This record gives sequence, structure tokens and C-alpha cells, in this order.
Amino acid sequence: MSSETKQILTTDGIPLEVSLKKAERKNKIKAFLLVAPLLFFLIITYVFPIGDMLFRSVDDKMVTQMLPKTFKAMENWDGQDLPDEEVFAAFHEDFIKLVEDKREGKLSTQLNYTKNGFKSIIKKLRRASKKFEEGNYKEQIMSVHKRWADVEYWRAIQRRAPEFTGQKYLKGMDMYVNEEGKIVSVEEDRRIHRVLWLRTLEIAFFVTVFCFLMAYPIAHLLATLPMKYSNLLMICVLLPFWTSLLVRTASWMILLQQQGIVNDFFVGIGLVADDNRPEMMYNKTGSYVAMTQILLPFMVLPLYSVMKTISPSLMRAGKSLGGTPFIAFWKVYFPLTIPGIGAGCLLVFILAIGYYITPALVGGASGTLISNQIAFHMKSTLDWSFASAMGLMLLSGVLVIYWLYNKIVGIDNIKLG
Amino acid sequence: MALPKYTEPHYRIWHYIYLTICGAVFFFLIAPLFVIFPLSFNAEEFLSFSDGMKSLDPDAFSLRWYKDMIYGTKNPWGLAAKNSFVIAIFATIGSVILGTVAALGLSSRHMPYKGLIMAVLISPMIVPLIISGVAIFFFMAKAGLAATHTGIVLAHIILGTPFVVITVTATLSGFDHSVTRAAASLGSDPVNTFMKITLPLILPGVISGGLFAFVTSFDEVVVVLFLAGLENTTIPIQMWTGLREQLSPTILAVATCLIILSTLILVTAELLRRRSERLRGINR
Repeated sequence: MSSETKQILTTDGIPLEVSLKKAERKNKIKAFLLVAPLLFFLIITYVFPIGDMLFRSVDDKMVTQMLPKTFKAMENWDGQDLPDEEVFAAFHEDFIKLVEDKREGKLSTQLNYTKNGFKSIIKKLRRASKKFEEGNYKEQIMSVHKRWADVEYWRAIQRRAPEFTGQKYLKGMDMYVNEEGKIVSVEEDRRIHRVLWLRTLEIAFFVTVFCFLMAYPIAHLLATLPMKYSNLLMICVLLPFWTSLLVRTASWMILLQQQGIVNDFFVGIGLVADDNRPEMMYNKTGSYVAMTQILLPFMVLPLYSVMKTISPSLMRAGKSLGGTPFIAFWKVYFPLTIPGIGAGCLLVFILAIGYYITPALVGGASGTLISNQIAFHMKSTLDWSFASAMGLMLLSGVLVIYWLYNKIVGIDNIKLG
Repeated sequence: MALPKYTEPHYRIWHYIYLTICGAVFFFLIAPLFVIFPLSFNAEEFLSFSDGMKSLDPDAFSLRWYKDMIYGTKNPWGLAAKNSFVIAIFATIGSVILGTVAALGLSSRHMPYKGLIMAVLISPMIVPLIISGVAIFFFMAKAGLAATHTGIVLAHIILGTPFVVITVTATLSGFDHSVTRAAASLGSDPVNTFMKITLPLILPGVISGGLFAFVTSFDEVVVVLFLAGLENTTIPIQMWTGLREQLSPTILAVATCLIILSTLILVTAELLRRRSERLRGINR
């Protein structure tokens, strides 16, 4: 039948279907061209660099390129006893080249990540290597320091031969590959990163809970009060929201210090003795209090915008059907606010899990989070690949939370004020 | 919020408990900001209320920290303020232009892969700042833009555009596309239609997105800490250094100025929101 149907033609004689498709495609291209500048800008300056982080976190070419001959010679070494003269000679050749380029310091930093104790023996080797005679490098290098005669250190060098490594990710979880090639945890007293991950999760979780408990009643009040009062009270939420993060952190530093107003108040009502003022800052308490206040508006605003849409007659209907106010609230009102709760909790949790500034200022040693560790490695130790690895671990955690949220509540339910 | 007369006593009690809780939370939210005002007028070098201040002795108050902020010999606040404003203004202009144009494309119903592209465009808002900071630093270092104003402006455009995209897309969702078709049928070209018809209608959304972008840039410290050199110092960086090293009352003077600035921004944003609601015919 379709073959018999006469095709509808436009005035140009082109079939309508073709013409429509052409127009459609034109519109698609037009829409895409509008988005293109921002999209490409972000891809180049933002998406690729995050990919670059992934590459950096597993990239281990540096040592591979610094000791090319050594690693070539090591291919024939079984790793049981000390390597033979061939390896030592190759190592000497590579090392002399590094000293000429003044890059032996970088080598020692890199090797020190693998095994402690390389820094000093490389320094000693540099000084001694100037007086080395040709031939029999094994004896000469081994006589510089007893660690050069220790097979453990040569195995450590050999472990740096591959161009790519996952060891930064293992280090982020306080694990490493031991001499036998097994993945093991570091000793209990040196597990700093696991503690930090757990603390980050713990603080983000409790800050979210505190924010929820505090935001729910005030969002409800704001949504049910007459406009002229609620607008006034809304300022209490919006002014902190628009105020600089550092200003708000500074005010907590003033409030929580030992001679600060909160402590004065506690002494005044006789809760604590004047000479025994508790330390409320530079610990977890500081992080909890300041982060809760700073993130509270992000919980109030989504809750408010959802509660605003709930008609008060629903609660009245619930009550008129025989429910007590509590039952009406729990069975009618609360379920309707779940999209707002979801959006607020997601927002606060994700902001809290990546928090950096406030914990660094009021958190002290026991209140710092994983972000502080990332910043520390970026700025102080300059171990950028480790910082990248930890950043990506954090990012994948955040993405998992998004995915879960999308499954449970649906990402479309997010509302921003 | 008055209770009806027939309310039973225990609900009445519960209601007052509820109001007290709300009052306490509002106090917790807003009170910390008000500590800064009086202390910034402290005549002494301490960051707690002196006895003179408690008894409202006029001699205990002074403007010395404000003078120090403006005229202090070693104070970097002048340079920092200049940098902050220059960077924030350029970052806002960049974010608004890129974000608005992209939002126009995104709200077209012909846009292919809308969900995926939207996810990329708002990703800088979702990814924790510290990770954005690391990534942007790697890019700027490679491009030779670390420790330059250009680099910081570009970084802040990245962080600011999601807000513009979100607010403008939201405004456009209530936008009646037949008016642009009407303009086109009357012989107007697309650019003219945009300037004369679309832009005036979506302007509240564009401006409030711009305000978000401005505040994001003006208040941003994590990424700037990675990028800035000595000449690119900004107000947040100076505050950060000051808060880490020693809390001087000069910082409180700066903080007071910043609170006044944020109040102005809040008022503007609120006025815009109401105007936009009125224009879109939302009366609540």
C-alpha cells in the first residue's frame, strides 16, 4: 500500500519527509553549535586534565627513563642474589649521566618512595663516583655503603622498571607490593590513609545528619509561615549562603578559641571551670561545628523549595480523616518531602566529603580530611602522581554516591533553591 | 502561625518546643556573622571582647584596623582587592557569555545527547573542588598559564559556568518560544531577535547566574591556592594566609567589608528573583 501512496511533495518538488529531515538536522546542528564553545572549552581545560590525572597516577616512566641501561641489564637477573657486574656497570653508566644532568636528586626522591634509605646512599655514591676507576664497578659501588651490597635495595630498584604502576593507589589504601610480589597492608601504626578515609566518611556523614536535623524544622517553618515573615527569616539562611567561606570560618575561629565567646558562656553558666576551658578548635569538634553551620543553607534551600509545593490542605485532610497531627505528618507530609531530603543530603554530603579550607583552619591534626592530604602532596611533597591517585579515588567515591542517588531518588529531583 | 483555639495542651507545648528549636537554629546560622562586626572596631589587638567593650566604653572602640587595612605599609589588601575584582569581573563576563549561549542550545528541543552534554557542562559543580583544583593546575602548568591572571580567570570561568547554565536553563524552561518565531516571521534576524526579544526576557536568570559566578570567583580559594603566584594574590588568599598564621583584627575589618558586600549581592539576587517570578506570572 505504501508504494502506491503518492508521496507528498513540497513546492520545490522534494519529498516532504526528506525536507523535514533536512530542517531537523539543520536545527540539531544549530543547537549543537550554540553549546559547542562551552563544551569544547570544558573538554580541553577540564575533562582532559582529569584524564591526565588518571595517566599521571599510574605513570612511572620517570625512573624507567632515568635508568634505561640498568633495567635492560636487569632483565637477565633472577632477583635472588646480588646482581652481577653487568648490572652494576650499567647502573654506573646511567648514574654518571644523571649526575652530569644534575638529576640524581630526582632519582633518590623517586627510589625513596619505593624503599626508605636511598636518599643518603645516593648522595654518598655521587661523591664517591667521582673517584671511581674503570672496571669492577660491583666492588667499587658496594664499598660506598653497606646498603649497596644489600640485595633488598637492588630489588627495590628493579620494582621501578615497569612504565606503569598501580602502587600509588595501593599506597592510598595503606597497602604495598612486598618483596614476593604480594599485596599486603603496612604496619598498623603507619596506616595513616585508611584513618583519613574513614574520618572523611564519618565527618561527612555526621555533618549531613546534623544539617538534616537542623534544616528540617526551619525549612518547614519557612514554608508554612506567611510570606512577609518568611522572607525576613529567609535572610538568616541566605546571608550566610552568600557570605565568603573564609569569613564564616574566621568567625568560628573567634567563637571557639579558648578565650572565645562560647567558652566564656560555658564558664558563665558554670558548665566548665575557668581554668579548665575545653579545647573546641583544632580538633574534630571544630570541624563538626563549623562545617555544619557552613553547609546548613545547602540543606535548607532544597528542603524549602520542596515543602513550598506541598499543599497545607493535605495535612488538614490527614487530620480530618482521624490521624493525630503526628500521624498526619509522618504518613502524609514526610513522604512528600523525600525528594528534598535526598537532594539536600546529597549536596551536603558531597560538599562535605571534598572539604578542604575549613578543616585545614579549625580541624587541627585530628580534624583534617582526605582533601587536606591531597593538597599536602600537591604543595609540599610534590608527589603529584600520588595526589592524582587519591583525587581519583575520592572522585570515584563521589560518582558512586551519585549513581546510588540516581537509582534511589532520581537525579532530576534536584532543585537548587 | 497562631494555633487554633481548640488545640490540645500537649500539642500546644510541642508547638512551642518546635518554635524554640527553630529559633535556636536560626541563631546558630546567623549569630556567628555578627561577632565579627563589633570585634573589628576593637581598639586593642585581641580577638576577644575587652572589658571596655563589654561596658560600651567609647574609648574601647576605634577604626584603627580599618586604617591599617587601607593605609598599612606592608598590607597586601589593596593589591589583593584589585586582583580579586579584576579576576571576578572577567570570569563573570566569560561565564555569562559561554553559559548563556550554551543554555540557549541546551533548551532547544532539537539538541542531541542532551543528558550527557548537560552532565559534562555542570560537572565542575559536582566534582569536589580539590580535584578540580588539581586537574586545572595540571592544565595551566602545561599551557604555561600558572601564576598568571589569565590562568586564574580561565579557571574561574570553568567553575562559574555551571551556575549560569543552570539558572538560564531554568529561566528558559518557562520561555514561550512562539515569541521568537513571531519575531522571525516579522523579518528579524536571529541575532536581532536574541538581543531585542529573548535577552530582555531571560535577563533576570542571566544576571542571577552572573551573580553566582561572581561570588564563586570572588570567594574561590582552593583552585587559586594552586595557581596563584605572589602578584596574583587575591582577598581569599590573603584571608587564608592571615587565618593560618596569625588572626589579626585587620582580617576582621576585611571580613566586615565582605559581609557588607554579600548583603548587597543578597539584596540584588532577591530583587531579581521576585522580578523574574512576576514576569513569569508566578504568584504565590
